[in-house]
Amino acid sequence: MAEFSLPANSKISSAGKRYPAPAGAKNVRAFKVYRWNPDDGANPRYDTYELDLDETGPMVLDALIKIKSEVDSTLTFRRSCREGICGSCSMNIDGLNTLACTQAIADIKGEVRVLPLPHMEVVKDLVPDFKHFYAQYASIKPWLQTVTPTPSGEERLQSVEDRSKLDGLYECILCACCSTACPSYWWNSDKFLGPAILLQAYRWLADSRDEMTGERLDQLEDPFRLYRCHTIMNCSNVCPKGLNPAKAIAEIKLMMVERAG
Amino acid sequence: MGAGTELGRVRGLGSAKDGVHHWWLQRVTAVGNLVLMLWLIFSLVRLPSLDHASVVLWLRQPVAAVPMLLLIVSVFWHFRLGVQVLLEDYSHGAARVIGMLALNFYVLAGAAAGVFAVLKIALGAA
Repeated sequence: MAEFSLPANSKISSAGKRYPAPAGAKNVRAFKVYRWNPDDGANPRYDTYELDLDETGPMVLDALIKIKSEVDSTLTFRRSCREGICGSCSMNIDGLNTLACTQAIADIKGEVRVLPLPHMEVVKDLVPDFKHFYAQYASIKPWLQTVTPTPSGEERLQSVEDRSKLDGLYECILCACCSTACPSYWWNSDKFLGPAILLQAYRWLADSRDEMTGERLDQLEDPFRLYRCHTIMNCSNVCPKGLNPAKAIAEIKLMMVERAG
Repeated sequence: MGAGTELGRVRGLGSAKDGVHHWWLQRVTAVGNLVLMLWLIFSLVRLPSLDHASVVLWLRQPVAAVPMLLLIVSVFWHFRLGVQVLLEDYSHGAARVIGMLALNFYVLAGAAAGVFAVLKIALGAA
């Protein structure tokens, strides 16, 4: 359901704290970070941390790690690989969903505003709840499925040309930047699979070795699961891996038309 | 109905196995609207005058009345499909059912009135 204002207990209060830059800092930048703790019963707030960029790594994730290590250990966020391959540190930075580890601080003007991914339940601070997103991923059966028995002791061969059809699809790291940037996903994520999961679904539809294309299309052909996509294109605009989920969804729609005749 | 687990909730009532027809018709009627609307504008501009008598005289010809009927059907059909998407996006439960009923009644009544008006002019006594 479309919601245009936040529930009372989600409104951001003005009670945020400010942590000033260390004395003598010359290259100061403020980081305004969304804070919410499920245990204290208070509304969310913005805490502002001033850092000396001369003493901080180049990426927003470097700044968050510095804050957690040196300024405020209560700040909670997910991170792992710090090189854009694990998808853990996806968050909303300066108004756009992206990975904190690949977002350079220098590319942002002024105060750096950091929030959790939009329209997701928040577990704490910058950590959103991915349970539903992962269940949606599981629902498309993201593995190779065949009717032909598994060849014994052999690989399933694929031509170079067929393999290249997976380029632009296999790179998806399931960070959910695209899905949580999609207004259709905001309003109808209970049923709409969203761009990330649909791109993953197309990854298996496009695989020459998979033999369950018809069954996969059956599962997707639904006014909500697939056709809530209205080509808004926020997904392709924000993907930190430079992928094009909107195109993958369009390819699925074409396959649907092709088989309907 | 498997609402006890997250995957159960996602699988829900299953796929409707429907939607491609709606999607395709929306595109077909969009093309129809474009072509027929251009025809209408072009035809009206070419008329010597836009007073009631000249337009009626023009609409009495089959080459004008038939595309006009197609335009009415295409526009109302496209409207019906588009507003349905809007209702599905933003309304749920009973509100959506009532909205869909109201939409269907409005579209059928509106299209019937338009078709009747054109036929009355095209087939009526001079």
